[in-house]
Amino acid sequence: MQKLRIAGREFTSRLIMGTGKFASGELMAAALAASGTELVTVALRRADLTGSQDKFANILTFVDSQKYLLLPNTSGARTAEEACRLARLGREATGSNWLKLEIHPDPRYLLPDPIETLKAAEVLVKEGFTVLPYINADPVLAKRLEDAGCATVMPLGSPIGSARGLETRANIEIIIEQATVPVVVDAGLGAPSHAALALEIGADAVLVNTAVAVAADPVRMAQAFKSAVEAGRVAYEVGLAPKQREAIATSPLTGFLDEK
Amino acid sequence: MSFVTDFNALPINGLSTLAMAAGPAEVEQALARSGERGMRLEDFAALISPAAAQPVWLERMAARSRELTLKHFGRAIRLFAPVYLSNECINICKYCGFSRDNPILRVTLTPQQVSTEARYLQAEGFRHILLVAGEHPHFVSGSYLQDCITALRAEWPSISLEVGPMETLDYEPLVTAGAEGLVIYQETYNRQVYAEMHTGGPKTDFDWRLETPERAYAAGFKRIGIGALLGLAPWRAEAISLAAHARYLLKRCWRSQVTVSIPRLRPAAGEFNPLVNVSERDLVQFVCALRLAFPEIGIVLSTRERAKLRDGLIPLGVTMMSAGSHTEPGGYTQQGKDELHITKGGRRINSEGEYATQQFEIADNRSAVEVSNMLELMGYDPVWKDWDGALNERSDPR
Repeated sequence: MQKLRIAGREFTSRLIMGTGKFASGELMAAALAASGTELVTVALRRADLTGSQDKFANILTFVDSQKYLLLPNTSGARTAEEACRLARLGREATGSNWLKLEIHPDPRYLLPDPIETLKAAEVLVKEGFTVLPYINADPVLAKRLEDAGCATVMPLGSPIGSARGLETRANIEIIIEQATVPVVVDAGLGAPSHAALALEIGADAVLVNTAVAVAADPVRMAQAFKSAVEAGRVAYEVGLAPKQREAIATSPLTGFLDEK
Repeated sequence: MSFVTDFNALPINGLSTLAMAAGPAEVEQALARSGERGMRLEDFAALISPAAAQPVWLERMAARSRELTLKHFGRAIRLFAPVYLSNECINICKYCGFSRDNPILRVTLTPQQVSTEARYLQAEGFRHILLVAGEHPHFVSGSYLQDCITALRAEWPSISLEVGPMETLDYEPLVTAGAEGLVIYQETYNRQVYAEMHTGGPKTDFDWRLETPERAYAAGFKRIGIGALLGLAPWRAEAISLAAHARYLLKRCWRSQVTVSIPRLRPAAGEFNPLVNVSERDLVQFVCALRLAFPEIGIVLSTRERAKLRDGLIPLGVTMMSAGSHTEPGGYTQQGKDELHITKGGRRINSEGEYATQQFEIADNRSAVEVSNMLELMGYDPVWKDWDGALNERSDPR
């Protein structure tokens, strides 16, 4: 399996994991380990950003920085300005330059604001962040963010937590076709088969959270996603057999042309 | 245009009749539509019907409610604690311990005293604080609230307010100072009962209160809490009104997080007894119906309810809980005890006593750490910090 390259860094795993909604930090750590992930996103609003080692805001202590590259995210930000402010504080607190840029003004569906996201990306890239923006599956926006210097684009498959799979498939296919940076399908992947499909159609990676966190057994579900992501990627590298519109007739319809 | 217009046109009686008449067929249909976008109020009415309260249906509602809550909020419960700033009040509310005509021990904490109270809660683990005060333009003025917020801001990632309704322009400095959430319960959506319960002070204005969440949103608050105090008017009609209010706010105030709360009346000074009975079964049904109609709404549960009921409600839809609460100013560290005085009808008549009078009795007396341990035991992550002050500076004048 080819390695995933984001911003000059190589990853063996193509599964990025989220850290919300787990029953405990310990369970989350076990699920991360089982998923084989190497890149883990954490909401900065849940972390201690004061440097006081707050044990009541200790989510980062469950993400082993020796094993995983930390991808802090700006969840909660509603504007570019809020996201930038949080990103800077997060960089100081975590030491990570990597940033999953999320700006969703609507706390209900958590759908990303394209205008604010582009604004923030332009600022943060200039400030030296490795920016991975969460976006709706909008091919033009994806190109604009790429032009702004983002390290990936992360279009959603369906709204966060909805478990509806690749409902935006048509647009994601266009994004993949046009992209010069890795495409990570983020949000809405509710089943391993959704993740496999994303990789099969050429997504470079997927980000999964809810489907693992709220599973009856998050550790085993993390393993299931790991296997699915690998299967999907191998299938993509090999190339799927083309789908036939109709069965190929055993007696050729045009056979008469060769008859004398 | 405000919710008042919609509310006046809301067929509460018709929907209540539907709720009373609904049978298994209607309940089943509503259940099947749960979790869909924009549930009709007719379906919501079926979910709060006596038919749906039958054990077999309530169990199915509870299962669906649990499923939806897990999906949207995961195995996480956010914790917060109230700090009472003042129990001075110019309103007469028959059910409330702070009512102007109750001869109770009153005090208003200084911002420094509020900080001391808050530090106690900080040591308990809380990172989300709710500042509560009676309505009093002199003791609980806008600038006083601003001073309290400023005093807390550096140490508290999330500060919410539950104070008397204000104008948008008066809310704005509070948002700028660092307050993120505003809680304002209508108490009862029944105009007649409202008038009977609130007989003096600015709170007598039903419409002014009803429009408060929209003014708070316009001022930039990011979390808006609404609610009905159960025990004043028939709860099914309250449920219909609250659902209509929530639906309105979710559409109009789309950038804020809307939370709902349905506290039941508790014993308080003034010896007020609930006017209608709302059983624990009713409360559970109400919580499940809210979750089925609004999969993404925050549902808040206070320490008014006994521990066993609170524990039972956790998997059913609750997303935010208080714990170890005191409902009197100075309740955590006895701040302000030298300033205690009795007032009746706004006049100081005495100045003796140990503790300020609480707003209401709490029923879950467990400490924060006990509640947190219980959550872990139930397979839930107690989340103390879920916000950051960096997100609070206003950047988008609306």
